[in-house]
Amino acid sequence: MQDLDKILSNYKGEKSDLIPLLQDIQSEYGYLSEELMREVSKFTGVPESEIYGVATFYTQFRFNPKGKKHIAVCSGTACHVTGAQQIIEGMERHLDIKDGETTPDGEYSLESVGCLGCCALAPAAMVDDEIKSKLSLRSIKKLFRGYNPEKPSK
Amino acid sequence: MSDYNKKRFKIHMKKKIKFLMDGLEFEALEGTTILQSAIENGIYIPNLCYNSQVKPYGACRLCLVENAEGRLITACENWVEEGMDIKTDTKELNQTRKMLVSLLIANHERNCLSCSQSDNCRLQEVAAYLKVDEKEMENFRLSLPDIPLDESNPFFIRDLKKCILCGVCVQTCADILGVNAIDFGYRGYETKIITFGDRDILDSNCVSCGECVVACPVGALVPKAVLEPSREIKTTCTYCGVGCGIYLGVRGNQITGVRGDPQGPANKGRLCVKGRYGFNFVNNPERLEKPLIKREGVFEEVEWEEALDVVAGKLLEYCQSEFDEKQYQKSQFAAISSAKCTNEENYIFQKFARVLMKSPHIDHCARLCHAPSVVGLSMSIGSGAMTNSIDEISQAGCIMAIGTNTTGSHPVIALEVVKAVKSGSKLIVINPQEIDLCNHADLFLQHHPGTDVALLMGMARVIWEENLFDKEFVEKRTENLEPFIQSMEKLNLDDIEQITGVNQQKIREAARIYATEGPSSILYAMGITQHTHGTENVLAISNLALLTGNLGKLNAGVNPLRGQNNVQGSCDMGALPNVLPGYQSVEDEQVIQKFQEYWNSDLSPVKGMILPEILENAAEGKIKAVYIMGENPLLSEPDIQNVKKALENLEFLVVQDIFLTETAQLADVVLPAASFAEKEGTFTNTERRVQLIRPAVSVTGQSKPDWWIISQMACKMEEKLSIERESAESDALNLPESQFNYQSAGEIFQEMAEITPIYHGISHARLEKEGIQWPCPDENHPGTPVLHQEKFNTPSGRGKFHPLEYRPPSEVANEEYPLILTTGRSLYQYHTGTMTRKIEGMDKLEKPATVEINPHDAEDRNIQENDLVEIQSRRGKIKVNAIISDHIQKGTLFMTFHFKEAPANCLTNPERDPISGIPELKISAVEVRKL
Ligand code: SF4
Ligand code: SF4
Ligand code: SF4
Ligand code: FES
Ligand code: FES
Repeated sequence: MQDLDKILSNYKGEKSDLIPLLQDIQSEYGYLSEELMREVSKFTGVPESEIYGVATFYTQFRFNPKGKKHIAVCSGTACHVTGAQQIIEGMERHLDIKDGETTPDGEYSLESVGCLGCCALAPAAMVDDEIKSKLSLRSIKKLFRGYNPEKPSK
Repeated sequence: MSDYNKKRFKIHMKKKIKFLMDGLEFEALEGTTILQSAIENGIYIPNLCYNSQVKPYGACRLCLVENAEGRLITACENWVEEGMDIKTDTKELNQTRKMLVSLLIANHERNCLSCSQSDNCRLQEVAAYLKVDEKEMENFRLSLPDIPLDESNPFFIRDLKKCILCGVCVQTCADILGVNAIDFGYRGYETKIITFGDRDILDSNCVSCGECVVACPVGALVPKAVLEPSREIKTTCTYCGVGCGIYLGVRGNQITGVRGDPQGPANKGRLCVKGRYGFNFVNNPERLEKPLIKREGVFEEVEWEEALDVVAGKLLEYCQSEFDEKQYQKSQFAAISSAKCTNEENYIFQKFARVLMKSPHIDHCARLCHAPSVVGLSMSIGSGAMTNSIDEISQAGCIMAIGTNTTGSHPVIALEVVKAVKSGSKLIVINPQEIDLCNHADLFLQHHPGTDVALLMGMARVIWEENLFDKEFVEKRTENLEPFIQSMEKLNLDDIEQITGVNQQKIREAARIYATEGPSSILYAMGITQHTHGTENVLAISNLALLTGNLGKLNAGVNPLRGQNNVQGSCDMGALPNVLPGYQSVEDEQVIQKFQEYWNSDLSPVKGMILPEILENAAEGKIKAVYIMGENPLLSEPDIQNVKKALENLEFLVVQDIFLTETAQLADVVLPAASFAEKEGTFTNTERRVQLIRPAVSVTGQSKPDWWIISQMACKMEEKLSIERESAESDALNLPESQFNYQSAGEIFQEMAEITPIYHGISHARLEKEGIQWPCPDENHPGTPVLHQEKFNTPSGRGKFHPLEYRPPSEVANEEYPLILTTGRSLYQYHTGTMTRKIEGMDKLEKPATVEINPHDAEDRNIQENDLVEIQSRRGKIKVNAIISDHIQKGTLFMTFHFKEAPANCLTNPERDPISGIPELKISAVEVRKL
């Protein structure tokens, strides 16, 4: 927890520190683990439940480590009207996780995000740095070919 | 001005304000909200998120009203102002309200008929008032949040599909409990009430008090037991010494639930998990229904007539017939009374032992909890009880909680502490363990177990040296200062830091806060008393309070928190070997004279044996017959292997209880007793308040109230005795009047009050109205919330300082036993678990029978979370599962003593405090290893 102590040392432990503190932790660790949030609670005196409440209020925070492949599905207006909801649900089914979660084997993480800026290609998603355009339930299948969430790949 | 005074000041500044509501003129105190004054004046303003117990939150917007400028403002958040002109009901207002309610209902699961909150639901109430109908609803897209039902808690259900996000539960948990188990999470349409990590409530830090369940205005939080009662009986909680006022809900002959009595002086409607959900033991099928006699090793059910006859006949064999003074001590009979039973039962039981059995050997489990308080506080200030009252705690300027895990053992008193802290009082926690109360503390001193005297003397030294003591008080109201100061000077703060392991800067700070932020109230419990130097610990506490003048005044004091519901009362009743009712000493000739006349009997002028001595003498065969009323020493006493041997060695053992406890199984005769919900009588809570209990359901099987059993037993024995004498003297006409022929608990109380000065003015009739705090010398006296206001109860009338010396505990860690085991209680269990282990669900809230161990010690021994480990002391060994926790200091282990599957008291040290006789239950040297 050395890194954490370093981050904490920049703050006084006041309640108003909470959001910047969480942001720093997220950029250092990539996500907010419960362990880290507990430490923040001890440091700031803000109850754990409140920290979790605040953190879930802002979409910028994640509570799971990113998977080896991170999928950001667009739910902006253009994608929404072209069926983003089905796309997200389809991915959830395939990976057996919910929006915002990571597969237990750490392969994939899934997140719905605001407009990706390529509305012409709607519905769109980003897998790591690559844009996937005009998604359909069929193209999702292709995307995850060979992946079975029950039997983690080695 | 100290924070404390600022706080007080504000309270007195309120003035009256005149304003108009719907054209009528009303008056209210400054600082009253519009909604409060409307409610006070019987005007209904629709509202959902308002709850009088917490700060208004303004979530539902239903309470909108219109002010003179035509602006809409929330009535729950805005104060009335002079000359205000408010409209509570206009077309526009109602339209807005209607829309808001329709929206709420649209997002709300609508199966009202099957909802257990139906009839009680504020959403229904508002909808009906505003005449919201299905047509209205068509304007809204109905959509239900998809939140799974949370049934994880054994006692209540969270059905967040019905939640209207009023926030009352969040505020209740944060502001009243100080637990903060829940909060708002996510945003917009997804907003919901979450726990940390959005898990089931069982996996959160929720303490299952059920306060939020009571507060929820709709059916989102509802108790699992849903039968509506057909009647309610006002009585007193049977668990701990807080003495919460409760209503037992009953349907037919079944208890359906418990409701906090808003008028209860100790709890004002609040309850903890045991009080609220721990009632089912009363109707438990394992309750004893008939007397049992052991014949050839097996219990046989018999009728009362036979049981009484057998016991009376047998006990007469141990009855002293020689009234020679020296003989009393030699009595072979001992009575073990109970802090769970009523005052009446304790009174009659000690009278039974003393008058009929001619035995001075009467004691009870107070020996194991607050004997040092009774002895120590009598020596220093003259009265072994809380000097102040529970509802003063929240007004204290500083609270010092030492050796008390208040949130676990006295949960409703902990709420007062939380309340104090929330309004600016300082809190100092002193404990070897990092307990939950530390979350609220300004200062936490984690000292080594058993080093309290050193720590407290250190604080006194700082106060003395820095001139922070109360000169006037010390001069006018105390004595023996010099020797105390001298003894204090023997230990300097460097040594104290060494001994206690607490940084001396912290000790100084604690001393300064305690001395200057007054009125300061000290709360303490078994962490102070259960030591071989328990009495010295208590004296160290009263020294500190005397030095700073924190006695004899409001909101201050020395406050021992008594554990069992009636442990104060059973001490008051003289179920102790050295005092008669009202702490009147058996060694005082006048007292003995008075009681001899009153009871028409000889009495022992010497004191009897204390509980551990009774057991030792039983083991040696000197005590041959024991009568135990409502106690389970086989789990509660230290070193239970030896307790078992002692009890097995008896010629005759009678146990009277509501269940066949571990102890009862060893008995020759078991007598089935009625529970608190099935009898009348009184309990005296920790603040000396005498309160009534009332029968709510009829007795289980043929069980009988304890007082009835003893009274019948005694009459039977008197009868047998007189027959014996009759045949000897053939003088049938001269029979003495029976001393035990009582018809009711009230009659016993009346007799007791007559001869007990501190209870003299109290009667059942007076208690019908409200509980009274002793001393209450006459029937017009209102009772005494604060002791020692004019003078102390000592012979000189002054508070006495006691010189002290730090002594280490009787066992210290060594190579063979390198760890110190300390024992305590869990919030979810009570004493030996006779009642709480029968409540389905309590075990679910906390894993039974575990040991807590510091991560370092665990690592050294290669112990992982949940591993089965064996703990061994000089006296025995047990197996338990390990919990790794950094709330425990390195070098110490912590266990609760409730569980028969792993009785901590197999390990504990029976070594006693020479003054009070309490065993050192808090400290035993042990070793632990992985199995
Ligand atoms: S039951 Fe008590 S502790 Fe648990 S969430 Fe409700 S108020 Fe908080
Ligand atoms: S659970 Fe009940 S009290 Fe809590 S926010 Fe929802 S409706 Fe209000
Ligand atoms: S605090 Fe004590 S008296 Fe009050 S409800 Fe809980 S157990 Fe009963
Ligand atoms: S809305 Fe999906 S990319 Fe813009
Ligand atoms: S009662 Fe006032 S906003 Fe809900």
